[in-house]
Amino acid sequence: MSETSTSRETGSPLVKRGLAEMLKGGVIMDVVNPEQAKIAEDAGAVAVMALERVPSDIRRDGGVSRMSDPEMIQGIQETVTIPVMAKARIGHFVEAQILQSLDVDYIDESEVLTPADETHHIDKWAFTVPFVCGATNLGEALRRISEGACMIRSKGEAGTGNIVEATRHLRSILGDIGKITKADQAELFEWAKQLQAPLPLVQEIAETGELPVPMFCAGGIATPADAAMTMQLGAQSVFVGSGIFKSSEPAQMAEAIVQATLNYTDADILAKVSRGLGPAMKGLEMANLETKMAERGW
Amino acid sequence: MQGAFRLHLQALDRLGVEGFEVRTAADLDRCDGLILPGGESTTMSMLLESQNLFDPLKAALDGGLAAFGTCAGMILLASEVADGRSDQRCFGALDYQARRNAYGRQTESFETDLEVTGLDEPFHAVFIRAPAVEALGDDVEVLSTHQQEPVLCRTGAVMASSFHPELTGDDRLHQLFLDLLS
Repeated sequence: MSETSTSRETGSPLVKRGLAEMLKGGVIMDVVNPEQAKIAEDAGAVAVMALERVPSDIRRDGGVSRMSDPEMIQGIQETVTIPVMAKARIGHFVEAQILQSLDVDYIDESEVLTPADETHHIDKWAFTVPFVCGATNLGEALRRISEGACMIRSKGEAGTGNIVEATRHLRSILGDIGKITKADQAELFEWAKQLQAPLPLVQEIAETGELPVPMFCAGGIATPADAAMTMQLGAQSVFVGSGIFKSSEPAQMAEAIVQATLNYTDADILAKVSRGLGPAMKGLEMANLETKMAERGW
Repeated sequence: MQGAFRLHLQALDRLGVEGFEVRTAADLDRCDGLILPGGESTTMSMLLESQNLFDPLKAALDGGLAAFGTCAGMILLASEVADGRSDQRCFGALDYQARRNAYGRQTESFETDLEVTGLDEPFHAVFIRAPAVEALGDDVEVLSTHQQEPVLCRTGAVMASSFHPELTGDDRLHQLFLDLLS
């Protein structure tokens, strides 16, 4: 046995997508301070998303929503051993540079924050740290992947506690993937045009029947049943934002959602973990929303 | 349970071996060897407890069940865990102390080529927030090192790697594990 002289390559697509693979079947929870991060880790979260306000508070308070204070992010990094993610505004590459220098494990270029660029997303290939981006449809997902995103999450409508938009986005993305696998070569050109997405990615989907990166679900998950439904629809993991720390019993809700995500096809277990959790977050109707965050992103 | 189990199943499938997910103690009785995939070791250890799988698994490993642990799986097979949570449990199937995230956070994650005992050509390995092992017992054989640190080791039919052999489509380590079973 001898030592090879090969050096280490960091930040490669394989290394970046690899972490997303490890998070599959898990729950990533929004937290705003080290105490919440601890509760999330104790409940079995596979990662936490550090942000200043959960989406429902962003909705309530209004104003411009930005990257979190580095001090808060570092406080959370020191508290938990699981991966720590943080959000940058759409197109705000300097916030992303700062988050990379803080050594966060994943950056979410997120529509939950106020966009910083109305035309361009961040060039994510330029970073060592991997990115996750939201998508409402397959074209959006493929554009983000072509910019270097290593994980896609269906957007849903953050901060509403209403699963309806997440369902719509998941069905749209997975439905189109299904159709593309049945398309012939000539039709793939039309698909690429319609989706405004690179042809090679469309051809890859036709061959593999799935996105080239893991797809998770976000936006509106408020109960264990919500989490299990998105998993049954085809999500590979779930992001839960306001749904945990805006519920009446966050620790129990967090644990129940972890169990539901793991055992998403077992209705007996889902019934068991759904019991006695107290009221879930109140939630909002789509028709009454002033801001649709999912519409941010181009 | 959680993590990259599907990629391991695909590797076994390519090698013509029947693989299945172990989610209950009954599943455990059906298997000849067990792969503990990468994922989050704290989450896995907690879920193993809450699914009442930890003790049956421990008993099976104590009884000589063959196992291959990758990344988080390497941590679960350890006799001790450093830099983990205080309540994190491990199986003690391999005599070493596993240090979590020894190679740093995600920006330090990397890929590299390794020389592996028993393989003719180097193996391309992907390290993701990888653990290291230290204080190895005398019966632990080191099969590969990276910068002088052990990254693949074995005792009997129990094998563990710091890196992720399931991510590259190179099934030679899975084959090596299957050879240990026979």
